[in-house]
Amino acid sequence: MQLVEPLLLSGNLAIAYAVKQLDVDVVAAYPITPQTTMVEKISEYVAKGELKASFILVESEHSAISACLSAAASGARVFTSSSSQGLLLMHEILFITSALRHPVVMAIANRSVSAPINIWNDHGDIMPQRDTGWIQLFVESAQEAYDKIIQAYRIAEDDRVRLPIMINIDGIVLSHTYEPIYPLGDSEVASFSPWSLYSARLDPDNPLTMGAFCYPDYYFETRYQSAKALKDSLPIISKVDEEFGKLSGRSYGIVSPFECDDADTILISMGSISTTVRATVKKLREKGEKVGMVSLRLFRPFPFDEIIKSIKNAKAIGIVDRALSPGAIAGPVFTDVTSALYLAKMNIPAVNFFVGLGGRDVKMNDIESIFDELKGIAKTGIVKENSYYIGLRG
Amino acid sequence: MKKLPNWNEMEKGFITRTLSEFNKTGTWRTFKPIIDYSRCTKCGWCIVYCPEPCIYSESTKEGKIVIDYDFCKGCGICAEECPIKCIDMVMEE
Amino acid sequence: MPFKSIKDIIVRQDFFSPGHGLCSGCGAAQIARIVTKVVGKDSVIINATGCMEVSTTTYPGTAWKLPYIHVAFENAAAVASGIRSAYDALIMKKKLSKDVNVVVLAGDGGTADIGLQALSGAFERGDRITYICYDNEAYMNTGIQRSGATPYSAWTTTTPAGQRTLKKDLMGIAIAHRVKYVATASIAYLLDATNKVEKAISINGPSFIHWLQPCTIGWRYDPKLTVRLSRLAVKAGLWPLYEYYDGVTKLTVQVPKRVPVIEYLKPQGRFRHIMDNQDELAKIQSYADEISAKFGLGPVAE
Repeated sequence: MQLVEPLLLSGNLAIAYAVKQLDVDVVAAYPITPQTTMVEKISEYVAKGELKASFILVESEHSAISACLSAAASGARVFTSSSSQGLLLMHEILFITSALRHPVVMAIANRSVSAPINIWNDHGDIMPQRDTGWIQLFVESAQEAYDKIIQAYRIAEDDRVRLPIMINIDGIVLSHTYEPIYPLGDSEVASFSPWSLYSARLDPDNPLTMGAFCYPDYYFETRYQSAKALKDSLPIISKVDEEFGKLSGRSYGIVSPFECDDADTILISMGSISTTVRATVKKLREKGEKVGMVSLRLFRPFPFDEIIKSIKNAKAIGIVDRALSPGAIAGPVFTDVTSALYLAKMNIPAVNFFVGLGGRDVKMNDIESIFDELKGIAKTGIVKENSYYIGLRG
Repeated sequence: MKKLPNWNEMEKGFITRTLSEFNKTGTWRTFKPIIDYSRCTKCGWCIVYCPEPCIYSESTKEGKIVIDYDFCKGCGICAEECPIKCIDMVMEE
Repeated sequence: MPFKSIKDIIVRQDFFSPGHGLCSGCGAAQIARIVTKVVGKDSVIINATGCMEVSTTTYPGTAWKLPYIHVAFENAAAVASGIRSAYDALIMKKKLSKDVNVVVLAGDGGTADIGLQALSGAFERGDRITYICYDNEAYMNTGIQRSGATPYSAWTTTTPAGQRTLKKDLMGIAIAHRVKYVATASIAYLLDATNKVEKAISINGPSFIHWLQPCTIGWRYDPKLTVRLSRLAVKAGLWPLYEYYDGVTKLTVQVPKRVPVIEYLKPQGRFRHIMDNQDELAKIQSYADEISAKFGLGPVAE
């Protein structure tokens, strides 16, 4: 590992830098706040010749993902990014991308969805994509965003995986906040995630048909196959993270428990809010409180075993959701975690906390009040409310 | 009855490389085109207009025009477009 | 190499295989077969969802002997842009050496309506793709519902009393996007069509071909008349065969004496409801007269 001077970059710019080092061939992206500076930077790299790629100036996100899919189908290494409404506009094609097994890498600057139109951060845009069949990772920092993009290509292009992958960075909070980033060297990136020409591509010397019409006789099997591939990608994702750790000194894990071994109460969260939660845990531990937290980094495929291992000793578990799932019993992450608890036959009281929707700031004392609530539940074992809406007026 | 593939026997990404030639669409037709070779000038219009395509020029010196009845759907375009009108659409038994 | 006789077409290798499920007498099958013969082996075919896609790629069989991709209904042009950009980038970076023709085959639905945005984007970007719209003048695959390309007065399942508006001017739209080569085609004028396809794939930028495709089920006629109707549409002045290249419009097939539109409409069941309606027929005739005046076609034969 070379000793490097850090660069001062925002999450968006860190990702753009990684994309440049990864020698991506095709970028097709449509601007949307708060992803814009990412694509602007990539355009700049291409214009200056620092990145030799075709930048397709698409006229919508739907076309962006379509062009990336077909470029990947032609053997090229591709990148796109979006957010909120743009991601929703891509929705139809996201299912097709994963079912046709194209290794598209997409960075998402998570932003709330309309209506009402709001440009700030929550997970409302990514939760509706749960079923799209993509690998979905969440990061806590711009450094992690840079690192995960590099890992993403190695994972996605692995013959055993061949699935598209979403790297989620919290909009504004991570996309626009500047941090010191310790980059890898160009050759290190190239050798960690090398590109190779895929054989089952659109190639006149080996004609094939992609996207055929499917009768009921075949649909179930092919969908099962790609869903299974998603499930089976988990150990590979874990391994790549480990190997990245050996190269860079930074390994994140797919589930990052902190102070969970003897914790009475544990809070699970995803994305940048985990840094606030971790800081709160440190503060409360200094006061002698037996609290812990889990930063869930891999959302799809859902890391069942790893989550259960982290939370099994708790007396009460809180799950942070940063998106509503109207009409469902509870929020999206809560639903996954409690299903896991049920299947693991663990009857630990679990409570859902909705925080920070529409970019509303979440402070340490909000997290402290959550742990307070959980402490009461851990003591009595009684859950009065399943869902808490932190900071909701009225 | 052809055996349907298991999920792990299908090429990933729902790719197919099998040509549709195994599907003998000749069973569709009601009328069958019959070429009167005594008048056929081998102009080739039937060959280029067949939608399947299933009309060919034999790769012999004579280059006789042959219809592949395994696929012919009996549309009648060849008979209609033949400048000599030497193709008859005959009701199939 | 220009096509001078149909022998030049016959000798070209076929890349479209029989055994597909397109209707008996389908014009789209003819178009797919002829286009693939002309563009040849080093081509990638992009198909929008529609009759052609569904019927030619019934898994596990495919009629295509060329690399082929279908993604969705409205993004054929974007998919084409992706393939073109991929090949350009990979060749520039010396990861690949052989170039390909990028050829879209999309219906009027996937081009003029739901696909119009992607089409506009690809044209404006100047992506080197050849976009061929096989126009059967309705959403045939889903059951003959009207499209923006349905002609005035035609019956469709969603315009049972007849379409009230005129057909979208796709050629005009392409020309407005400054597409370098734009042409109309009809299977009945085969040498004209094949030469246009050959020209289109040689253009260093987008090219567009608007190809009339009579549909036996949707237009309600005996399947054997597909080529005859393709010919009558041209002869009636409703489908002028012209090309626009680098700012110059040229009629490629002269029509010294037009046939009255009724000759073209009569064999089609989708116009049966106006056969006794002189006003409607006159409207369609005047529309044909307008087109003919614009393109310099001859007068209606007595």
